[in-house]
Formats: sequence, structure tokens, C-alpha cells
Amino acid sequence: MPIRITVNGKRRIFGGPPFKRLIDVLREDFQLTGTKEGCGEGECGACTVLLDGEPVNSCLIPVGQLDGRAVKTVESLAAGERLNALQQCFLESGGAQCGICTPGMLMTASYWLGSGGSKDPSAVRNALAGNLCRCTGYQQIVDSVIAAARKRKSRA
Amino acid sequence: MPSVGKSELRYEGKEKLRGEAKYLDDYEIPGCLYGATLRSSVPHARIREIVFDPRFPWSEFVVATAKDVPRNQVALIELDQPLLADDVVRHAFEPIALIAHPRRELAYEALSHVRVEYEELDCVLTLEDSLAVKHAIYSTDNVFKKYLIEKGDVEKGLAESRFIVEGEYRVPHQEHAYIENNAMAAWWEDGALHVMGSLQCPYYVHKALKHLFELPDEKLRVVQTATGGGFGGKEEYPNMIGGHAAVLSRKAGRPVKIVYDRAEDMAATTKRHPAIVRHRTGLSREGRLLAQDIEVLMDGGAYVTLTPVVLSRGTLHATGPYECPNVRVRSKALATHTPPNGAFRGFGAPQTLFAAELHWEKIARETGLDSLRLRRLNAFREGSTTATGQRLKESVGALESLERCVARSGYARKRKEYERFNRDARKPVWKGIGLAMVHHGAGFTGSGELHLASRAALSLTREGEIRVLAASTEIGQGTNTLFAQIVADSVGVPLERVRVETPDTSRVPNSGPTVASRTCMVVGGLLRRAALELRKELRGAHPKAPGSPAALRAAARKICGAGKEKIFEAQYQNPPDIRWDDQNYRGDAYGVYSYAAAVADLEVDKTTYEVRVRKITTAQDIGKAVNPLLAKGQIAGGTAQAVGYALYENVVMRAGAMANPQLTNYIIPTALDTPPMDVSVVEKPFSGGPFGAKGVGELPMDVPGPAIAAAVCHATGAWIAELPLLPEKLLHAHKNNGQR
Repeated sequence: MPIRITVNGKRRIFGGPPFKRLIDVLREDFQLTGTKEGCGEGECGACTVLLDGEPVNSCLIPVGQLDGRAVKTVESLAAGERLNALQQCFLESGGAQCGICTPGMLMTASYWLGSGGSKDPSAVRNALAGNLCRCTGYQQIVDSVIAAARKRKSRA
Repeated sequence: MPSVGKSELRYEGKEKLRGEAKYLDDYEIPGCLYGATLRSSVPHARIREIVFDPRFPWSEFVVATAKDVPRNQVALIELDQPLLADDVVRHAFEPIALIAHPRRELAYEALSHVRVEYEELDCVLTLEDSLAVKHAIYSTDNVFKKYLIEKGDVEKGLAESRFIVEGEYRVPHQEHAYIENNAMAAWWEDGALHVMGSLQCPYYVHKALKHLFELPDEKLRVVQTATGGGFGGKEEYPNMIGGHAAVLSRKAGRPVKIVYDRAEDMAATTKRHPAIVRHRTGLSREGRLLAQDIEVLMDGGAYVTLTPVVLSRGTLHATGPYECPNVRVRSKALATHTPPNGAFRGFGAPQTLFAAELHWEKIARETGLDSLRLRRLNAFREGSTTATGQRLKESVGALESLERCVARSGYARKRKEYERFNRDARKPVWKGIGLAMVHHGAGFTGSGELHLASRAALSLTREGEIRVLAASTEIGQGTNTLFAQIVADSVGVPLERVRVETPDTSRVPNSGPTVASRTCMVVGGLLRRAALELRKELRGAHPKAPGSPAALRAAARKICGAGKEKIFEAQYQNPPDIRWDDQNYRGDAYGVYSYAAAVADLEVDKTTYEVRVRKITTAQDIGKAVNPLLAKGQIAGGTAQAVGYALYENVVMRAGAMANPQLTNYIIPTALDTPPMDVSVVEKPFSGGPFGAKGVGELPMDVPGPAIAAAVCHATGAWIAELPLLPEKLLHAHKNNGQR
């Protein structure tokens, strides 16, 4: 039974084994290599994508569960070359260093901002606690998300 | 508009943020096989036989063992480590055989169809057993390397002392836990070997593979892919994986990719060296240092790898940033049957500085003198002389960092306030605040930079673009951006005119390894020299170059002549006033030191003994922040790794093997575990660094560990001198020796 998934707004069909991990389907079958594997057991959050709008570890999801559902990856954020507001804040506030946790971090932060999350630093830390980063010490990631939350407020 | 000193945006930031930066596993390599590694399950044994299950379809797989390696030595400092164990395995997880298959999961499945028959041999798994020579496993005394630093007369200094304080300090393994696991690929084309991957030191891989396959320089090319964190963990180990991929590829006649999974990466690759450090310190009545007698022991693991150099740096930092007339540092690195320990941010210094700094708290407890006052009294100043007899002529920001930290954190006031708070038995927590101060030598130790004789270059293209050519890698720390800034300002062109090429050994000169906090200061300095040469030539070619874009292009065309580019190269030269005696460990151990202080403000839960760090205040003298945002990013990142080192990160060794090689049970700090940080940069410029810059990469890893331990001791009243400060250890220490 082919599995129908909407990935970054595009309809896709996957005909392979239903127990294949979502991360492998994204990277190998759909050539979306922005989603990274860090641990393969749901600890590090590097593979975070949005599933029907909510963050999940794509290394823990068998693709067979996804028929009729929508997935968003880091590739959905920028408009061509142009970074979205959150990415721009990460660039300006030092939120990315080696860049390997960045796609997952951005997806978790997108969810936080999109679901009305506040710009309170400890609330932001709590929201990001499922995504490990070994480079930044999180300070500049937290700063980036707070900056994006401010921008969002000023636009509204 | 000068660029240096401005927080320019990260050079490769946009690709990383769009998810477009390509890490090794993101490359689709046509016809590629995936490699998997069969590893030893025991710490020390003779290999009797490798048995391949006869019912398994081996013809579909490519298998390689030691006999497929032309010269089975991974060249680093020594040649003692094989690429694949042949006769004997000397540590658990040592590579024995390699298997490749077009499908990754089948390559891994094949591992379970191979059985190794061992004849187990006596093994030495701990520092203590190695020191006692329970079995001789390296030379007759198990000593990989030892050093002695002597200044003045320690016995005389101790005899004249009013106080003598002794202490023993222990620090554990630490795992790098970069989020991208190790990954390398290799293929052969017309007798030439191509290697690419996640790595810090392209020319280390080049050297190792050249030796393994006996190749001439021109038959070997190493290229760095985007690298998802290194911290030293991708300094020497990529030699091994690159070699494995190349051996498999040679046999298969196809490209081979090896991408470790987390468990394999954690169990098999290098860690920070565990250490035991003992101090015996003599002080005058008012607290002036009269003698420091220090002994350092490090566990090197099963092969020499980089251990002698790690021990060297640890030894040279063992006194802390303090002047003392009589010093003796004796250090040894020992062999054990455990996976080789290796480079990790700080490179031996975090271990010995933990001891040096926490020892001030011991001294304070035993003498009744205040540890902040003791530090102020003894700290390095301009004109101080170190244990090796190096006179510190300039750029000594130890006290400035300390005072800034003390002022910004409210240290002195909180120290008293928390003591009052802690007397109230009804409170659910104890509060503590602790301090530490460190130095960190920038660049290679002693004559290392001289031997390295690094080269870096700039290419001026016909179109007037300036391209940086260096083997120094971007691993998240900001190499690309810093290089572009230094070059743009030195030539006098806008930042956008400067491009930074990917390190590729067929193109870039050997600017040395990306280690030792040397990239900005040493390689940046070489690029600045090349840039000034380039600027001079531009000026000569056109009076208005490089200022006006049209003049720059005209000058570039004139300079390039018929060619498409002209290369400007600079090579390292030792400053004339720097002298080092490698035999006796006397003289200028480093060109310059960076300095840092940190204050940790924390609480300890009285029921669970969990430590929650509320805030870390740190001030770090790095000479000049070429890019303040990136510099602060380095400081915050190193601080978080040190928070992990101090509180959470616990490599559990069972029978010589890491028993918890998972991010599930090897705990690195999350955003919630990492405290808010007050990071400030102190700038005491160094005349030998580009725009005054010194090193920043490793420094922040040195200082929070002892500050946190001091704060925990302050909070609980207990004395605990061993990392990590796990709740069960705190409970135990508090029950045994807590003062309240």
C-alpha cells in the first residue's frame, strides 16, 4: 500500500517498507538532507520535523504511520534564498555554530513561536530542552528565539 | 569601515540555516558502499581466528582485515597503533575487520555473522594498576611519557612555609558528543586516493593515509565536508576512519562511506584523558606562594596517539596562573588496555587547572585565608615569571578578568549572604558561589609552531576577488568568518571581496591542524602577513587600489598577467625573543597566554542532592575579539561543556569498555541544565597576534569546572574533589565530611 504524505506542502508517495524511519525516507527517498541524525534514539532532537504542525523526532517515526499526514522540514522555512524571520534571527544572534543541530532547533523554535510561545527566557529554554546543542551553550540560541518572538510581536 | 571588532554575520551561516550545508552523510556518492567495523569485545587478547559464518552470502560483501593494509600503522606521533588489529587486540572496541555492502543495514547485519576467537591475556584497566605495573604493557614501566618542570628549590620553599596544604584531585573521561558522529568517505581514481569527511585536520589525514598506502603526495587528496562539531574529537580519529574507508574502497573498487552511529562513536573513539593530580603547597603567613609541588598522572589508553602532547599541556598549566618562586611539576602518562584517550578542547589543561583552582579552596579551608584574596595576591601580572622561567612581558589579563567577574557577579556579597542563608535549616536548598581563574597558552606548545612551520596563502583572482587558502577548518567556531575579517581589513577591501575556500589538500597549503586555540592567532597572523604583501602589490599596480573597486580590478588584472590568479603565501617564523628548551622544559612555553575567570552561582537540593547552576559569570582576556558575537559564542559553548564535565558527564567504564555509549545515559547539558551566562570579553592586546588577538577556543573549557566545585563545597560545606559532582557522590561526601 503506497503511503501518501504531504511534505513541505507537496504531495509525495512512498512505496517502500512501512517500517522505514521517517528520517530515512526524507533523506534517502525525498532527497531532503536538511534533517540530521544525531543519535537515532530520540534523545538529541537533531532530526526534529513538524508532523501535522507538532514537533517529533523523525528517527522514531515509522513512515507507515504517516498516510494522509503533513510533514514540514527545515527546507520549508526559507523562501528560496531568503531566510525567514526566525532563521534571520539565528544568523544575527549567533544561534548556529557547527550547524548540525540547527535544522531540528529551528523546527522546535518554529513550533514554539507559531503556537504563541512567550519570549520569557526560561520558558524558551524549557521549549528547547529536547534539542541538544554541543557548540553554543544555548545562550545565543535562546537569544535568537527571543529576538524572533519580539519581531513576531511587533508585526502583529 | 573596518570589519575586525564587528559582529559580522557567520560566513557560511545562511547555508546552515537553510539546511543546505552538506555534511558527509548528505553527499550522494554514485556506486557507494557502506562500511561497518568489526571490533574487539575484550580489552586484551590474542586473536586466534576470525570465523565467518559459512552459511552467510559473503560473496555479496567486501571484507577487509589487517592483511589488506599495505603498511598497518596509523601514523601520528608514534607508529604503535594498527589500522586493524592483526595478532593482538589491546583495547575493547579496537577495529579488527571491515565489511562493506551497498545497503548500510546489511553491512551492519553482517557483523553479527562474524565471530572472533580470542585467547584472553592479562589486562591493565586503571591508572593505579598501570602505575603499579600490575603487568608491563608498554616498555617496562607503562609510561608513555613523563615530564619534569623545576624552578627554584621546592624543599627549601616548603621548609620556609608557614602553611603546607596537600590535596588530591580526580577528573574523569569526557566524551566530545559532537552532534554529528564521525563520518568519512574514500575512493580511488587512477591510482590516486580521494578522501573526504568530517574532520579538523586535513593534513593529519593526509599524513596518515600517505603512510598506510605508501603514496606520493600527488596521489592523495583530502577534502573537508561541513563538520558538525569537533572539540578535538575529530582531530586524530578521522585518520583511522579515513584509513578504513580507503582500505575497503581499494578492495571493492568502489567508493566507500563509513558513518558511525552514536553508540559506536561514543564507545570506540577518543575521550578526554582521566587524571589524578596531587598538590603540596607551601605559603607564607599572609598567603604568598612559596612552593608548589605537583604530581600529575594521566591515563593514555592503549596506544600513544596524542598523549605526550596532551600531558605536556597539562603539565605546563598545572600551577595555574600564579607566580611561585619554587615549583616542581612531575607528570606521567600511563598505558592501559582502554580505548586511546585523545584531543579534547583544553587538551590536558582542564584536568590540571581543575586541581590547581580547587586547591585554593582547600588552602582557604585549612589556613583560614580567603581564597579570593589569595588569588589576588599570587596572580600573574606583567613581569611575572612562570614555572618554566618564562617572563610574561605583555597582555596579562588575569586580574582584570578576575576583578570584572567578581564585580559583575556580586561574589563577595553573595558569599556571605549564602552562608547566612545556609544556616537556616528550613530551606529546601543550600546556596553556593564559587570562583576560579585560569590561563591557557595559545598555539602549539614550546617549539611546536616552529616545527610545524605552517603556511597559509591568499589568491588574488583576475576579477579582484581575494580567496583564503588554508587547511584550517570551520567546525562551528567561526574560522571562515574570522579569516575573511582579518584579510578584508588587512588588504583594505570590503568583507564581501574575500572568499574562503574549502580545505582541500590539493589546493591549500598546510596551515597546520585546527587545534590548540591557534587558528585565529597563528593562522590568522599568517593570513594578515600575506594580506599586507598583497596590499602592497595592489598599491604598486594601481595608485587607487584597493580602495576603488575599478582600480582593484585593474590592479588585479595587471598583477595576474596571463594567469587567472596570483598566490601570496606566508610561513610561520618564530619571534626572535621566544626561546624554548624542550629537553629541560625551560623558557617560553607559549607565545602568549589567554586568561579567564568564572563565578558559578548555584543551589543544591537538600533532598535529592541535585545541583542547579543559576548563573555563570565569566570574563575572558582573549587579546582582541575579532568578532565579538563569535567570541562570546565560543565562551558560552565552552562554558556549557564544562558545566557538563563538572556535573553530569559520566563515562562508566566496565571491563575497559564504555558501558553507557548513548545520549540517553551519557548526559550532556540541555538548554534547561545550562544556566544563563554573563559573558564579557577583556581585551589586553598581544603584539604578536593579528589585531592583538590571542586564543579563545579552549580557554572557556578550563574555568567553570573548578568554579562549580568550589560553589558546591561552599553550599554543602562538604569537601569533594572529584568530577563529575553526581548527586550520589555529594550525598556521600556530605554525610562523611559535611560541616552542616
